[in-house]
Amino acid sequence: MVKVIDLPDRELLYGHKACPGCAAGTIARLILKVTGERTFLAYPASCLSTVTSIYPQMAFAVPSFTAPFPATGAVLSGMAAAVKAKRMQDVTVLGMAGDGGTADIGLQALSGAVERGDKIFYVCYDNEAYMNTGVQRSSLTPFGATTTTSPAGKRGVKKNMFEILIAHRIPYCATASIAHTADFLAKVEKARNTDGPSFLHVLAPCPTGWGFPSDQTMAIGRLAVETGLWFLAEYEGGRVKMNLAPKNFKPVQEYLGLQKRFKHLGAAEWALIEGQRDREWADMRRKWGF
Amino acid sequence: MSNEAWEGRRAFISANDAVSYAVRLCRPEVIAAYPITPQTSVVEKLSEFIAGGGMDCQFINVESEHSAMAAVMGAAMMGCRTFTASSSQGLMYMCEMLHYVSGSRFPVVMMNANRTLAAPWNIYGDHRDSLAMRDAGWLQVYVENAQEALDTVLQAYRVAEDAAVRTPAMVCLDGFVLTHTYEIVNIPGQREVDAFLPPYAPGENVLDLANPRSLCISVAPEWQTEFRCQQQAAMEAAKGAIARADGDFAAAFGRRWGGMVEEYRCEDADYVLLGMGSVMGTTRLVVDKLRAEGLKAGLMKIRFFRPFPREEIAALGRRVKGIGVIDRDVSFGNAGALYTEAKAALYSAGGASPHTVNFIAGLSGRDITKEHIETMYRKVMNAAAGGAEREIQFAGLRWEEW
Repeated sequence: MVKVIDLPDRELLYGHKACPGCAAGTIARLILKVTGERTFLAYPASCLSTVTSIYPQMAFAVPSFTAPFPATGAVLSGMAAAVKAKRMQDVTVLGMAGDGGTADIGLQALSGAVERGDKIFYVCYDNEAYMNTGVQRSSLTPFGATTTTSPAGKRGVKKNMFEILIAHRIPYCATASIAHTADFLAKVEKARNTDGPSFLHVLAPCPTGWGFPSDQTMAIGRLAVETGLWFLAEYEGGRVKMNLAPKNFKPVQEYLGLQKRFKHLGAAEWALIEGQRDREWADMRRKWGF
Repeated sequence: MSNEAWEGRRAFISANDAVSYAVRLCRPEVIAAYPITPQTSVVEKLSEFIAGGGMDCQFINVESEHSAMAAVMGAAMMGCRTFTASSSQGLMYMCEMLHYVSGSRFPVVMMNANRTLAAPWNIYGDHRDSLAMRDAGWLQVYVENAQEALDTVLQAYRVAEDAAVRTPAMVCLDGFVLTHTYEIVNIPGQREVDAFLPPYAPGENVLDLANPRSLCISVAPEWQTEFRCQQQAAMEAAKGAIARADGDFAAAFGRRWGGMVEEYRCEDADYVLLGMGSVMGTTRLVVDKLRAEGLKAGLMKIRFFRPFPREEIAALGRRVKGIGVIDRDVSFGNAGALYTEAKAALYSAGGASPHTVNFIAGLSGRDITKEHIETMYRKVMNAAAGGAEREIQFAGLRWEEW
């Protein structure tokens, strides 16, 4: 298993222009430390493209390109086919897309690539809104969060990408958090070693879009898991394993209260969110037996 | 099926099959496609070739046309020769991707089975689909028959992959009238094709582990104009590459299609019809009939719509009295696309311009008959003689006498 101490010093993402405290930048940087120099990378029009690849300043040190917004899954399929055609060995075909590029406009192409069984590693860094265009709601924005297009707070719940991918009977998929780094890196390693498609859904706290100080990214990421509003699980060999199942959750307001996007919520909404959380966990325990 | 069974033979096949054999002979490494009538038999045939072991190629069954073009772009980026095919609504769905591929300079070759656009929904042929993609930055070539379809695919790879061009190419075939019509076709031998079309050399425009680069990047206003200027220069360079490919092809295979345009009986013509695709075959017969009557008729087949044959049309304009343009499309609120551009080319001819009439015809698979075409010539003659003719006319309209 990959250990933090063994990660190479060499940076394959360096000199990008992301906001201070951006989890997406750290996620991309750490993933590349695991997948290494023999990585072909595609990322759609997103925060990640905007902060890394505006000509002539290129921040990725692996062969990479900006994919069309809806097409990350499909370009990865083309690259995987090229790897076969060129008979390349020991390479990773990696995609990194945000929540909008994955769960909304890119869902069809992702579904197609996974159904075909193409050997690709797809990462969704989930900052829970269209951050690159200025914080608009996506289908992965959680209940109650304000965005510029849900100013009164989003109605409706966050789409469950983990279960959507399980429904494809994908060889490997997992959820992760940047704040649980060892778990995250272990999943990156498993995903890249999977013979077939793999998917990793990483929660990526966003100081700018969520409204918290830029030195609190890790603390917020940890609280998301400790309050039970995010979960760490993996699906492998047809079974789900819950990597962390807290016996007692912290009160949701400890997470919600630190972020401007939830500041309009009060005790009634916290209770509502806790109720949703408890039903989700009861459902997961029943289905996956942990 | 081993190549020997059909290589270098004459075969009775559809133009879709002719395209499939041509693609096979070009040795693409990755094909991604999504089915749509009347393109389907091309991708079926190619799937069959690959499944039968006769073609060493990765075939990706994508879930949409957008993904088809995205997948071939991913493969082209890795240095592969690629192919896809579509039509009509599918081409519309690819639209975003067409711009991505041309802007990042990957020489993808695709076939478009020309079919009209909904609504009203219809699966039959006209040029409204590909002409709507006029500004997508692709080379566009229209063919007249199955042999030309096969030969043009071979030439399209040569031109698209030319180091001075590096621009994708769309080979356009009239839906059904070409795609599903059987003709005698000469299928070249693999060795001859290999000599004509060397393996794809992507130069620096490739994802390379030994020399990592970011491709298809974002470009700010300070640089974007220079990128666009290079695309325009590549299109102009394509004109020379098209002529060279036509010449080399003639030397290798003994057939010549004319490059940018083909003129038929234009040497001393006074009245010329311009058009694209299969209608030019019928027009030849009408030219012969009118010539037999002593009328100086001719035709100019526009093969490449992009790059546009400005110089050829301007030169024609300097020596004829009347020009009619057949458009299997209409840009609502103006005129046919070919007419608009041909007229602009005539403006730069210098001196007096000939009289021009635009005939909107053959929409959604409506037949363009010899009688229609003869009427077009007579209308052009009438206009050239100073008679009253509406500039833009729908040929064979139900509520008009034609």
